[in-house]
Amino acid sequence: MTDPTEHPAAITVSGLRKAYGRHTVLDGVDLVVADGSILALLGPNGAGKTTVVNILSTLIAADGGTAVVGGHDVARDAEGVRGAIGVTGQFSAVDDLLTGRENLILMADLHHLGKKAGRARAAELLARFDLTEAAGKTAATYSGGMKRKLDLAMTLVGNPCVIFLDEPTTGLDPRSRRTMWATIRRLADDGVTILLTTQMLDEADELADRVAVLDDGRIVAQGRPAELKARVSGGHIELAFADLAALDAASRVLQVMARDDDALTLQVPGDGGVPALRALMRRLDDTSIEVRTLSVHSPDLDDVFFALTGRATTDLNRADRNRTDQNRTDQNHAADQDPTTTEQMEDAR
Amino acid sequence: MSSHAFFADSATMTRRSLRQTVRYPVMMISSLVVPIILFLLFAGVFSGSMKASVAAFAPGTSYVDYIVPGIVLMTVGYGSSTTALRVNSDMTSGIMARLRTMRITRTAVLTGHVIGAVIRTLIAISLVLCVAALSGLHTRADALAWLGLLGVISLLTIAITWLSVAIGLAANKPEGTSGFTLLVQVLPFISSAFVPIGSLSGALRWFARNEPFTPIIDTIRGLLLGMPIGHSGWVAVAWCSAMALGGYFWSRALFNRGPSR
Repeated sequence: MTDPTEHPAAITVSGLRKAYGRHTVLDGVDLVVADGSILALLGPNGAGKTTVVNILSTLIAADGGTAVVGGHDVARDAEGVRGAIGVTGQFSAVDDLLTGRENLILMADLHHLGKKAGRARAAELLARFDLTEAAGKTAATYSGGMKRKLDLAMTLVGNPCVIFLDEPTTGLDPRSRRTMWATIRRLADDGVTILLTTQMLDEADELADRVAVLDDGRIVAQGRPAELKARVSGGHIELAFADLAALDAASRVLQVMARDDDALTLQVPGDGGVPALRALMRRLDDTSIEVRTLSVHSPDLDDVFFALTGRATTDLNRADRNRTDQNRTDQNHAADQDPTTTEQMEDAR
Repeated sequence: MSSHAFFADSATMTRRSLRQTVRYPVMMISSLVVPIILFLLFAGVFSGSMKASVAAFAPGTSYVDYIVPGIVLMTVGYGSSTTALRVNSDMTSGIMARLRTMRITRTAVLTGHVIGAVIRTLIAISLVLCVAALSGLHTRADALAWLGLLGVISLLTIAITWLSVAIGLAANKPEGTSGFTLLVQVLPFISSAFVPIGSLSGALRWFARNEPFTPIIDTIRGLLLGMPIGHSGWVAVAWCSAMALGGYFWSRALFNRGPSR
């Protein structure tokens, strides 16, 4: 844990609870984010990430626990918190009917920057986010990546010292995603404290100084990405099979972390040591399952999640990752992952 | 927050609302076209058959004169459906969530929508009145009556607009606002808007006599045609104030409530 007396904490959360009816969303969340650092709140869909952001950004009240953001208590001094933060939600909160520049000037006016300073700030942010050329066009004409950039630029108008980014790259193509990562890193270099949520483990690994793994309303692990990886004895072994029958047979006898029916691969835990490999091969031989190729992977955060929660990251996470990785070119692949699309295609036939 | 910040923020949000109207005028035009078409249709189709009952209601009054207040009311109603959609789109797009995490006066966001809508609606009503004047509207309103008209119509617009803001905030998707829109569009038909209440029968007559739009229309008609308005004026003001306050407090409560997702 970061010692708050050594590095002043920009965000301190303790025992945060929230329930909707009988459904508990947050079950005692503790977090400390040091001033000027990036914390990634990592977890699958429904883990409670957005609820944490909503409470810390004063959108909803917690049922229990305390949270101090930028030196202000979220429950007692919501106005103070609002003056210190900037929030970029999961959905682009830009006014489609206004131009990029008008959106930024709207924010500047609401921050009472004054006409001249507000315009200057808007121009500066447009340049910084490479939006100057599109500044006079309405946001409705922007691409997804441009809208995200404009959204983040709007968040920065008031020079917030703490920024919340709720899944900042979900739905972006790989190139826009990398641009967004570079932008986030540069913000942290400028001394802004960032709490971002993500379902993507590589994103947390890439950006965060510290990662907090949220699962089912609890923080199940917290630490530097390297520390978390060190907690796992090893990485995983990926096995590729010749056909679905072999894949099925192998999934029955092995402890499976993840399975990909299209690539005909299985991921099983293992550190790649010779005894472990020998044991694995023996089990496959005993059941006469043919393995086409075998590869050993050093640990990444996927393995951490598996080790911490005893289950793989959800299929949805993988679908998202695959989609961003492959740039949505493979239509069959997408159809397989999306049951509604498959149904519609069958209906069409 | 100081009152200075409230006015500054309200002005900013009003500018945004007006800019949206200029940028995307289709919605205002369509909310203007329907009342005008209805007006021309009613004036053309019913003016002959309604001549006798309107004359019995007030000698020297034409059917065009008679229905203008109802058309004004419908213009307010159609305008408010635009407002409900605008507010709803702010709610579902995350713009409201963004504004709620900023240090701005809470109700300024909604006040901006309301002022923008009132300006938009008053412009639309002026245009409707111009069309009515070209179609033979014969007003007997003096300066004081015009002032009264401006007051009553503004109060009515503020009332309906605050209600539409609440509806826009409450609905989970744009379709959710259509019930309110329908209500605002249908209620004038069961009032004194298009036929004198005396010509209605039974339950309809009772309903028309007691619904809020009847005293409002009677007040507008009285001022426009230089007729006595009796106690309708006060009843209209009371209804409008109640709707405005109800809509305001309902909107405020919805605005401060957490997002459902």
